[in-house]
Amino acid sequence: MSIEFQPYDIIKDTDMTQPIDFNQRNKLKSVDRAFKAEITNIIRLTDMEKLFQIRIVDDAERQRFTFLPGQFVMLQVPGYGEVPISISSSPSAKGHIELCIRKAGVVTNVLHNARRGAKVGIRGPFGTHFPMVQMHGSDVLLIAGGLGLAPLRAPMFYVIENRVSFKDVHILYGTRQPDQLLFRYQYEEWSLIDDINLQIIVERPDATWAGRVGLITKLLDNITIHPEKTYAIVCGPPVMFKFVCGRLNQMGLPMHRMFVSLERRMHCGMGKCCRCNIGSTYTCIDGPVFDYWSVMNLKEAI
Amino acid sequence: MLFKILYKDDFRTLIETAMKSVEVVAPKKVGSNARGKPIHHYLPVTSFEEIDLSYETTEYSAKTYFIPYLENLANYRFGDEDWEKEIQYRFEPRMILGLHACDISGLLRLDKVLIHDKFPSPYYIARRKNTLIVGIDHEPCEGGFCHALGTNVVSHGFDLFLTDLGDRYFTAIDSDRGYILLNKVLTHDVKEKDTKDYLDARRRISDAYTTHVNVHNLPNLLDIEFESDVWKKWGAKCLSCGSCAQVCPTCYCYGVSERVSMDWASGAKVKQLYSCNLVDFAQVAGGHNFRPEATTRLKYRYYHQHRGFVEIYDEPKCVGCNRCGRTCLAGINPPDIIGELQAEVRK
Ligand SMILES: Cc1cc2nc3c(=O)[nH]c(=O)nc-3n(C[C@H](O)[C@H](O)[C@H](O)COP(=O)(O)OP(=O)(O)OC[C@H]3O[C@@H](n4cnc5c(N)ncnc54)[C@H](O)[C@@H]3O)c2cc1C
Ligand code: SF4
Ligand code: SF4
Ligand code: FES
Repeated sequence: MSIEFQPYDIIKDTDMTQPIDFNQRNKLKSVDRAFKAEITNIIRLTDMEKLFQIRIVDDAERQRFTFLPGQFVMLQVPGYGEVPISISSSPSAKGHIELCIRKAGVVTNVLHNARRGAKVGIRGPFGTHFPMVQMHGSDVLLIAGGLGLAPLRAPMFYVIENRVSFKDVHILYGTRQPDQLLFRYQYEEWSLIDDINLQIIVERPDATWAGRVGLITKLLDNITIHPEKTYAIVCGPPVMFKFVCGRLNQMGLPMHRMFVSLERRMHCGMGKCCRCNIGSTYTCIDGPVFDYWSVMNLKEAI
Repeated sequence: MLFKILYKDDFRTLIETAMKSVEVVAPKKVGSNARGKPIHHYLPVTSFEEIDLSYETTEYSAKTYFIPYLENLANYRFGDEDWEKEIQYRFEPRMILGLHACDISGLLRLDKVLIHDKFPSPYYIARRKNTLIVGIDHEPCEGGFCHALGTNVVSHGFDLFLTDLGDRYFTAIDSDRGYILLNKVLTHDVKEKDTKDYLDARRRISDAYTTHVNVHNLPNLLDIEFESDVWKKWGAKCLSCGSCAQVCPTCYCYGVSERVSMDWASGAKVKQLYSCNLVDFAQVAGGHNFRPEATTRLKYRYYHQHRGFVEIYDEPKCVGCNRCGRTCLAGINPPDIIGELQAEVRK
């Protein structure tokens, strides 16, 4: 007598033989395969931040890659590690993506030393997005503090490319010092766009700074809000949410019309490692984009 | 569900035959503790004598055969300008013999997260589908409170499930593979006497529980008692060692790190099970820690077990095996913590 067991070969599973598409969340089983991508260009923004232009190597994969503003990718540097990074480019550019990365630790330092042509891995897109379509026909406030401009750029590009679908558009950006301002070379372009109100402010000016001085909330002083037809996207450090969203709320904007992006430690991006949990909420699946009402109702969120 | 009667001699033949073609993992006595109680582990066995199906419990759960403590998610080969990534899944068949109902319930919890939710894990699916599970009924273990959580009986999640009726097993069959396996030996149809003996055995077991935990309204209670002194008291004792999560059948959280060979020719992406009690669990670059105190981390673990998981999957993650309570050097255990929280609201 003998017993034969027919092993189940997962590789032959139909879901595994499909092209990888991380937007197929309930079916995708090839969770640890990644798109191979190439760093095509590196732009030095400040001493601490660089913009990496990245292209998915495989033509078909590049064409298929789509994301929504506010989503992030897990960026893999084999031998060093994997980090979550917001996509900082226009959703219409598909598999040509831009990532704005601050030197913060092991992986990000390696990236800062990387050269053009280096190969990295990308898994994603992951997470929730800013509800851009829902915002059509409304005024939008795009507000960023510091590195918050990185995740804000995707919705910004969306608004700029679809300017006709929005009413008043305000871009408000603040940093501590002038030398921390990101994407300085783009301000002129943004301010020249028909009817976009771009305002920049720094807390601690240096000798060369001729612009406005103060906290980002100051920029809200000369803006009138029409609460019933306005949305706000606020990106930056959590302390900023309290001040900016609190202020917007005082000005009449309901909390469910403000959207923020939260940061947590992440090791998978797929609701498996639990590192990103806020209570029982997964920042990688239920976030990183949350409306402010939900954030206020999460224990230990900010 | 299909039931059959399997005499113990035939059962032995069945297992001995299975051992010839698959790896069999079963409870095995490995020593005794300070009180003289035997210590068991789920280990690969090669002879029937090594198996001790009368074991009370094991120190570690059997999750290691599904989500190993260390697992290579991918291997890399580095070239001059490029790298190649290779992923391998385990699919050698294996039989796990002698799992108790709580541990099978634990696997069902893991199935919810790792198979049925978003982004199913191929690593887990490959192992789960290639593992035959033969469960067995048993007398309540010391401190176990599975009956409070309804995890002391299972109706699926296994291939075969045995209830000891002295000279024979009342055998539940839950898969075609289990059915085929069982048909290799002589089995008998269930007679009235067998059913009666089975129900008696079940009743005897369920009357034998001595640990009582009141989980009534626990998810809401946890919310109400979020700032309770109970957390401060137990949190102050916690050593943040993470042993509780290591032994827990349903704790699945992890961290990922990269390893490289000395000559940089190859490397690996390695997953390591983690614990939300460890100090850097929620620490991010720049040093900010979202849960810097042991108290908040301990509380978080209980919230995930008894509140967060319920919110998503309609049942607690904890299956009441009390392994975490037995392993904890600080004496932190679910019956005491839940009991004290219940007492708080009655004050
Ligand atoms: C949704 C999201 C979007 C992000 N977008 C950007 C961005 O656009 N630009 C940018 O510069 N940074 C961004 N970050 C932060 C960035 O992920 C961390 O700076 C980075 O992980 C640090 O990794 P490291 O290896 O350099 O640091 P180390 O301190 O050496 O980190 C070791 C490991 O810890 C984990 N980790 C540490 N810090 C964080 C963190 N803040 N968030 C998540 N995991 C962390 C990672 O797995 C990392 O590999 C984002 C984080 C999240 C959660
Ligand atoms: S509860 Fe006990 S086992 Fe768990 S981390 Fe704290 S001291 Fe360690
Ligand atoms: S939390 Fe403790 S009692 Fe509950 S399943 Fe895990 S180890 Fe067992
Ligand atoms: S990043 Fe792993 S669960 Fe969210």
